[in-house]
Amino acid sequence: MAAGPGGVYREAMSWMEAARDWRPTVHALAGLAAGALTGAVLGGLVLGWLAAVWSLIDGPTGGWELAGFYMVMVLAGPVLVLWATHGLSALQRERFRAVLGAEIASSPRPTGGGSLLLRPVRAWRAAATWRQLGYHLLAMTGGTAGGMLVAACWTAPVLALAALAGSWDGGGGTATGLGLVVLSAFLFLVAPRVAGNVAHADEVAARALLGPSRSEELALRVESLARSRAEVVAATDAERRRIERDLHDGAQRRLVSLAMQLGMARASLGDDVPASLRQVIEQAHDEATEALAELRQLVRGLHPAVLDDRGLDAALSGIAAGAPLPVRLRVDAGARCAPAIEAVAYFVVSEALTNVAKHAGASRADVTVERTGDRLRVVVTDDGRGGATLDPEGPGLSPPDPRAGAWAAANGGGTGLRGLAQRAAAVDGTLTVDSPPGGPTRITVELPCGS
Amino acid sequence: MRVVIAEDSVLLQAGLTKLLGDGGFEVVAAVGDGESLLRAVAEHRPDVAVVDVRMPPTHTDEGIRAALVIASQHPEVAVLVLSQYVEERYATDLLSERTSAVGYLLKDRVAHVADFLDALRRVAAGGTALDPEVVAQLLVRRRADPLDRLTPRELQVLQLMAEGRSNNGITEALRVSPSAVEKYVSNIFAKLDLAPTDIDHRRVLAVLKFLGA
Repeated sequence: MAAGPGGVYREAMSWMEAARDWRPTVHALAGLAAGALTGAVLGGLVLGWLAAVWSLIDGPTGGWELAGFYMVMVLAGPVLVLWATHGLSALQRERFRAVLGAEIASSPRPTGGGSLLLRPVRAWRAAATWRQLGYHLLAMTGGTAGGMLVAACWTAPVLALAALAGSWDGGGGTATGLGLVVLSAFLFLVAPRVAGNVAHADEVAARALLGPSRSEELALRVESLARSRAEVVAATDAERRRIERDLHDGAQRRLVSLAMQLGMARASLGDDVPASLRQVIEQAHDEATEALAELRQLVRGLHPAVLDDRGLDAALSGIAAGAPLPVRLRVDAGARCAPAIEAVAYFVVSEALTNVAKHAGASRADVTVERTGDRLRVVVTDDGRGGATLDPEGPGLSPPDPRAGAWAAANGGGTGLRGLAQRAAAVDGTLTVDSPPGGPTRITVELPCGS
Repeated sequence: MRVVIAEDSVLLQAGLTKLLGDGGFEVVAAVGDGESLLRAVAEHRPDVAVVDVRMPPTHTDEGIRAALVIASQHPEVAVLVLSQYVEERYATDLLSERTSAVGYLLKDRVAHVADFLDALRRVAAGGTALDPEVVAQLLVRRRADPLDRLTPRELQVLQLMAEGRSNNGITEALRVSPSAVEKYVSNIFAKLDLAPTDIDHRRVLAVLKFLGA
């Protein structure tokens, strides 16, 4: 190691740099304190519990009350240990957060409530509890030892001086004294690195034992994804409702008023009115009523008020009757499903019928809705040319009729059937298409009814 | 004829008041919600009430509920319900309370002034006026039943009967001869197994059968 003066300087600076970071040291020292506390609390509880058990087995020496006290201790012991474990885990996580700035997520609590008596049983059966206990055991032993080691390294020069001062009085060997000085200097020099390594090892252990396990992390992630997805579905739903209400209170009313005014104008046209003027007014009146009908049909497909009000069964007659081909509707829905599910089912029927009318070349369609247990099943059948597919890349079946291919294309790329499948999937539903070339086509949607 | 209007849009309330005034009706009150409607009907005892479905406070089916109350508490007051959408479920509710002096039309229909005034007069005189859209909705729900024996043309005639039209009205609507309409009507009665006792009564029965009541 041919370190020149520059090298020594750099080494010294890097040591200063490491030493200036006080956090690992504080962390290790706090770990020492936490380990001692853990030992006192858990050790005390476990020893107390064992003593109570032993006293019961051995036969209580005291009176009836004492036996009762032991019984209570034996029963309460596991619950107290559980509380202590969770409390200590929270304390340790706080130590990591406050000193190192390391966030260690707590493992998810066992969900599902349950009775007050069963909850401790479930907690004891959870792997997370045992992993936390494992960490506390480590904290008691390794953590305490690590903290002591760090403390010893930093205080080594002082200890050495004290020892030397003592040995001078008693008259010790010079070699021993020199050895002590060298050793203490070495320990002092490596102290920052030791503290860093102790803190690092502690963090690794804490992440593995105090934090959520991989499967718990995944469960948390799934839960949060499910929640955010439900929020998106609800937001879409709310948006449709809002648009429907805005159109109802705004554009539709104005159009009704306009059509009514034009109707009154048309009705009051006398015989002396020039034919050209009469024609303009008549045409304007017809346009206004047609626009009104078109807008009504569009808005009806969004989210009709009757769906919230009277349910899916009542709402579906409107779209079935509004379809440009004869539709037969059979609804056997029984109890109402969750509003979001009803909205999806309604939308599916609405879009499916629009699709059939546009692309299937069908002469009639059948819609059945039935609820079996917790599943809502919507089937839309048509007697069209078939060849419909969910595949966005094109028809999976080669359609004999090029126009069937057009239907498949129109249903690809996030619109049509594909869009419907996505919407069903967003509420954990499924959509299947059975559409052989030449027809008939059968679209089946199954949705979980929700609460 | 005296009318009470319930419509929460100021624009449409004014329009309807003018339309009905020009049509020879006397608008005695125009209100904006169900509660005020019931008060106005109790106070003015009109011949007919023209009622919007979606009104404050909940903007769902206030008008239908108010109409049902009027139908049961004021049998002498005819009710015509107007809405931007028609729902067969609301129609069935209305018809279960009364089958005469009642109407349920799309708001669009006010644009055809003469037809609308006709329908209102018909309802005020104790008849019915059901929107063709409602009738179409009722049609998608029927199961295999005697109605399947009707030809499309006979079904069309029955549909017009359900809307509240007389034989003359049906003749005009279908542009066929009065004798042809009479033939369709008697075919309908025969296919629905309605014995030739009282003509008007059979007509109501046929319509009720059609409506699934």
